[in-house]
Amino acid sequence: MKPLPLYASLVVGLAILAAAPLYGDNYVVRTAAIVAMYGALATSWNFIGGFTGYPSFSTAAFFGLGAYVGALCQRSGVPMVVAWAIASVAVAAFAALLGGILLRLRGHYFAIGSIAVVELCRLIVSSWSSLTGGGDGLNLPLVQGTPEDLMRFFLMVMLVILAASLLVTILVDRSRLGFGLRCIHQNEDAAAMVGVNTTAYKVAAYTLSAVFCAAAGATYASWTGYIDPTDSFQIVLTVKVVVMALLGGAGTILGPAIGAAAFVLLEEVFWANFIDWNRAILGLVIVVLIFFLPGGLLSLRRRLMPGGAA
Amino acid sequence: MAIYLQTLVNGLMLGALYACLAVGFSLVWGVLNVINMLHGSFIILGGYLTYFAWHAYGIHPVIMLPVVAALMFALGFALQRGLINKVVSAPVLTTLTLTFGLDMILYNAMTYFFTATPRRITLDLGAISLGPITLPVDRLLGTGLALLLTLLLYAVMRGSSIGRAIVAVRMDRMAAELMGIRTDRIYAITFGIGALMAGAAGVVFATIFPITTNVTGIWLGKAFVVCVVGGLGSVPGALVGGLVLGLVESFAGHWFGPQQAMTAGFLLMLVLLLTRPTGLVGVKGYE
Amino acid sequence: MSDPILRLEGVSKTFGGLKALTDVSFGLNEGEVVGLIGPNGAGKTTLVNVVTGNLRRSSGRIMFEGEDVGLQKPYQAARRGLARTFQIVQPFPAMTVLENVTAGALFGGGAASVGDARDKARQSLEFVGLAPLADRPAANLALAARKRLELAKSLAMNPKVLMLDEVNAGLNSSEIDGALDLIRKIADSGVTVLIIEHLMKVVLSLSKRLLVLHHGQLIADGPSREIVSDERVIEAYLGQKFAARLKEMHHG
Repeated sequence: MKPLPLYASLVVGLAILAAAPLYGDNYVVRTAAIVAMYGALATSWNFIGGFTGYPSFSTAAFFGLGAYVGALCQRSGVPMVVAWAIASVAVAAFAALLGGILLRLRGHYFAIGSIAVVELCRLIVSSWSSLTGGGDGLNLPLVQGTPEDLMRFFLMVMLVILAASLLVTILVDRSRLGFGLRCIHQNEDAAAMVGVNTTAYKVAAYTLSAVFCAAAGATYASWTGYIDPTDSFQIVLTVKVVVMALLGGAGTILGPAIGAAAFVLLEEVFWANFIDWNRAILGLVIVVLIFFLPGGLLSLRRRLMPGGAA
Repeated sequence: MAIYLQTLVNGLMLGALYACLAVGFSLVWGVLNVINMLHGSFIILGGYLTYFAWHAYGIHPVIMLPVVAALMFALGFALQRGLINKVVSAPVLTTLTLTFGLDMILYNAMTYFFTATPRRITLDLGAISLGPITLPVDRLLGTGLALLLTLLLYAVMRGSSIGRAIVAVRMDRMAAELMGIRTDRIYAITFGIGALMAGAAGVVFATIFPITTNVTGIWLGKAFVVCVVGGLGSVPGALVGGLVLGLVESFAGHWFGPQQAMTAGFLLMLVLLLTRPTGLVGVKGYE
Repeated sequence: MSDPILRLEGVSKTFGGLKALTDVSFGLNEGEVVGLIGPNGAGKTTLVNVVTGNLRRSSGRIMFEGEDVGLQKPYQAARRGLARTFQIVQPFPAMTVLENVTAGALFGGGAASVGDARDKARQSLEFVGLAPLADRPAANLALAARKRLELAKSLAMNPKVLMLDEVNAGLNSSEIDGALDLIRKIADSGVTVLIIEHLMKVVLSLSKRLLVLHHGQLIADGPSREIVSDERVIEAYLGQKFAARLKEMHHG
């Protein structure tokens, strides 16, 4: 995408979400916040899954750890925003260490390893009752304010996280790092042979894929006021985020966020109208997506307008 | 001493069940290079069919076994033939996401029709004592059946022409095609066998564990661990992986509490992934 | 003579119990063009892999510009100026020809920015004669063009030593002639070149000095003319029938 249309669609998209309180009720504002949150998660995943081509399923681990670190900080009296920052930094450090070990695996094995991380985090958090409250979960200090104010506040926070993740995506895309990640995606051995420090680059991508997830997780914990292991470390969340990125177009700048918006809106519609079958319908969307839209929503533009901007 | 003996026997019995649970998943992964996220739901579907046949018509699980096996094979064959085959050579992200989507549909359908209420067939066969150890007969029967099924699959893979064709496709798809093997069909049969083994495991499990859609993810997780521990795509690999996991869970549960049994399994898997990605039995490349 | 730019001192490589390289020692002088020959399985590609860090040597020292680089990773070799091509070409298939070469200039060549790297890449493409195909996806190139792409990519990395592993395999004779001209041009620009080749004609037309590897051992190192008449080399490498023909060629 050329820079100008890219920035224009970015600004318009963020503005539509930010303006939700002006045109909608609390439900609409909540949905906008959820869109922003999943947009940030999918955009984060894009660093490792889209640019680098490593099938990572660790998103829920980063999200859940972010939620727990944030919650524990807040419970010990750290101010909320500082707790979010600590959670982001701590989980990023964790991802960097983990990445150094896990990214030696490729393909299916990496996929399995990254799923195992989610399960392990969940199991460890549920059994470490003295710290995490185990299966009973943790309560967070309540944020003061009317429901409307709170909803608006958390919408704005999620939007900031989304905007930050997109900004970093644009920077990475134009930089040496982004170029190197695309090389790794295409042919990792050849990338090493032209001088790409593949280990460092992959770890950087994996760490970037963690930091915004952690921020979103910590924010989500403050928002809901209560977290537990089952909700925080969901394999379904991990796979959902991957599907969103694929739906929009993995490896593109705006695709994952657009995919997240489309997915969340579809999910809301299905929940409202087909309460018994919403999961199956989502499954159907995935199947249809794989067969009819393998390049994601953004590839439609190219198909509909031959010779259009790519 | 007696407690260790009991823990050992429990671990071995659990391990035989795990081997049976994972062998179909391992075969599909090894031969098709597809991670079948439907596997857990296939097991539960087999369990539900058995449960309702028992409950509504009084059909004994052992009699249901071939029926469930046939139905599940047909389902697996059709799914591979109609859908998965079209993207079978796509990257892991595509096939994994596709089977995950299919799993959401199957999961939703099962929850809708059967509800999430845990169901279990209680055969009430009592228990036998061998010196200091006690063995519940239903569990013993299940273990025996699981072992029998796994060995049966081994015999089929080794002895039948279909089995050899599957092994040939696994080792070298191109060469197999040049020899006149229709890989599409072999893929569909393999996926069918994978579903069949999952369904058969479900029949056995219905007499031992509660059957509910809530546990599909847990069984799928076990299949992952068994595959990574034992190595992909072979029956002996699944058997070793299953037994090792059964023992590790049994002893970890004994020493550190039942809560930690699963954690130990996943830790074992992660360590093996990083140190021996071909598994304990697997040979680099193909056997 | 000044110190060699690349020197191997007693380098060995074993795989399990199998000895792929045994006590190999030689030096490459700056600006030299040297041929490395030997029958299939002699360990030629293993040797290159050990030098560029794709494989770790089991013992011995690999000195590059006076520094022991025996433990380097492939990306470090590339950044130091030790470039190579592969028998089987390794492009980034979905990227354009220009982007492929840009990668070489950006990471191996140490260009300051993606823009600088792109300029450098255009020069390399010009040099190897691929400029007209710059915007084509690399996957669409024919074999001869893909080999040129590999060369352009390596050149963009500002190599000091370039190791060419069978760059001519699979090419027809007119394509080989084109490739030879190109390699001469590269050598003339001052790059030290090690050519691993099967075709005697190619090696002899390019290099005045030959190394001969047999069963992982360096059995000869010297001027090309002497090497091709060395009895041991003829026995080991060419076989008697071919040796006879070669002798005829020389006398006739």
